[in-house]
Amino acid sequence: MTIDAGRRPRVGVVKLASCDGCQLTLLDLEDQLLPITERFELVEFPEATSRRSEGPYDVLLVEGAISTPEQAEEIVHLRARAGLLVTIGACATAGGIQALRNWADEPTWRASVYPNPDDISSLATATPVSEHVHVDAELRGCPIAPDQLLELLTALRVGRRPQLPDEAVCLECKRAGNVCVLVAGNAPCLGPLTHTGCGALCPAYLRGCYACFGPREQPNVDSLHRWIATDHSDEEADRLFAGFTAWAPPFQAPAGRALPIADAHAKEPDGA
Amino acid sequence: MPDTEVRYEVKQLTRVEGEGSLLLRVHDGKVAEVQLGIFEAPRYFERLVVGRTPDEVIDIVARICGICPVAYQMSAVHGFERLFGVEVDPVVRRLRRLFYCGEWIESHALHIYLLHAPDFLGYPSALELAGDHPDVVKRGLRIKKLGNRLVGLLGGRPIHPISVRVGGWSRAPRRADLDALRGDLEIAIGDAQETVRWAASLVPPEYTREPRLVSLRHPDEYPMNDGRIISSDGLDLDPGDWRDAFHERQVPWSNALQASADDGVPYLLGPTARVVLAADQLHPLAAEALRATGLGDELRTNVFRSIVSRSVELLHALAEAAEIIDDYRPPAVPLAAWEPRAGVAAWATEAPRGLLFHRYLVGDDGLIEHAQIVPPTSQNQAAIEHDLLQFAPGVMELPHMDATHQFEQLVRSYDPCISCATHFLDLQVEHS
Repeated sequence: MTIDAGRRPRVGVVKLASCDGCQLTLLDLEDQLLPITERFELVEFPEATSRRSEGPYDVLLVEGAISTPEQAEEIVHLRARAGLLVTIGACATAGGIQALRNWADEPTWRASVYPNPDDISSLATATPVSEHVHVDAELRGCPIAPDQLLELLTALRVGRRPQLPDEAVCLECKRAGNVCVLVAGNAPCLGPLTHTGCGALCPAYLRGCYACFGPREQPNVDSLHRWIATDHSDEEADRLFAGFTAWAPPFQAPAGRALPIADAHAKEPDGA
Repeated sequence: MPDTEVRYEVKQLTRVEGEGSLLLRVHDGKVAEVQLGIFEAPRYFERLVVGRTPDEVIDIVARICGICPVAYQMSAVHGFERLFGVEVDPVVRRLRRLFYCGEWIESHALHIYLLHAPDFLGYPSALELAGDHPDVVKRGLRIKKLGNRLVGLLGGRPIHPISVRVGGWSRAPRRADLDALRGDLEIAIGDAQETVRWAASLVPPEYTREPRLVSLRHPDEYPMNDGRIISSDGLDLDPGDWRDAFHERQVPWSNALQASADDGVPYLLGPTARVVLAADQLHPLAAEALRATGLGDELRTNVFRSIVSRSVELLHALAEAAEIIDDYRPPAVPLAAWEPRAGVAAWATEAPRGLLFHRYLVGDDGLIEHAQIVPPTSQNQAAIEHDLLQFAPGVMELPHMDATHQFEQLVRSYDPCISCATHFLDLQVEHS
């Protein structure tokens, strides 16, 4: 990743199907925001500025999943105008919570939320950007970690690879000296196979990890699933994987078992 | 003579949360159509929570909005606790108020300084504004940072907090953690007093109308987590009974589920509604700052002045946060035990942008069977549309670009949160 050092890199920040939280993380770098704008030219960032640019961008940060036919077209155009395309957050990198509909009958869901479903433009699935176009780098998390965003921007500016750890939450948690919520507290916790980045936040707050940052490489899903199911239930273990990174390939099997069971609970609105 | 038609169009609204567009069509000098399109992709949240436990719902609904996740967690947790008959520790309740103060602080500071102020001062964004007025933008960022630190301290992180549970908190903060914020909080209170003075000095477009206001009302505290739903014209409802006076509907010319009052009269939610309906409950510092602006009725009747209401609430939230921290002793029971119970869990709280209503059907096994979530922006839609219709004739003489900008500024005055309005909304009104 190298960028011409003679001028400020032109950066775009755009969103697809998402909550805005990951791009908000850039605005939440309160102490660094103004220095960042001295080093990068934010040419497209509709949430923050009325100045617009259709590119080309040296770097494009993309938040959100591909969830509508329009977005599936848009991402191809965005890719063509971006030097480096970086996906930010669980929606862009793994499909996000809305990817739970990938196991559902989408027309049924649509009709249960919208009285006139035919007017809604939606794909049957919500999928990560990387299923549609080439992605140069990704920041995981729901939301992304501010320090990782800062590391990415710094690395881009000086022309090196970003240093993003890929160990499990569990290791970070041990180093932080937390009492294990899984072993000592019997709480369902996905920390042993979840990608680090959050600072082992949930165990530090005395609850189990729910995998905002998705699976790390070669996670032993079956083993942890058995562990959790033994103390709780198969259904609870399945549901734990059916979260914000459910569509990440290693989590798809248990998440896919959870959805039909969850879906069977649906009732018609009572006089809404 | 050929018909003349003028179109004012903003294909993508900027400096708002989420994706929306604006179209105003004027035919022979009369407004023929107002269309506030929201092309934010549908995400089916009401369906995503089906078959999940109440605590899972609290984690999931936060993801509706990256700016106001606390609001979603609060409306849900209060609804569940009421249904299950959970009595939380009084300190837990105070901490939730502190948590909500933190969200109001970060959300209001974001809107005031980064999204809204550039409209008044003629900049495309706060980043350019910072070039000429660095102290103003730095003041805003300083306040915003404190709000995020408050939410982060209680919730683990400012966006999508993790510690809210039915019954209380997975972990309550230590006294020393909160005390560490106290010095910066004092600075922020001074910053917010200056914010109110500065916001009141920003010159708005001229516009007067009399809105119907709706907010919560609590006997002892400024509306936030608790209270009855009231209006400026006499409504008075339990916070779980929103559906007794309001409804979501689909209109023939729209793809929308929009929320309306049963009598069809548009209503305004958010900072201005609260500041007016609970003026007597403002913190003395906020009440004094408001009085000193000398704005009086104009705060209520000119929607462009919402930046002042938001600033007054910013000051209120900071002053109240300081008091809660000063009184803080860790709760005896941070997390109360509870058992699920079948029935309806319904509650409304005050998101930064206004009343947020949640309603869940809970089954015998404690899992969700149906959900209804009515965000403030889908309720403010009718008021925005109504304002655009009334405001437009007064600015038709302006150059096209300036008029378009003022329409966009009007929409921004509502601090619309389009990601929240998970339903596709598309409003239009035909005038004969």
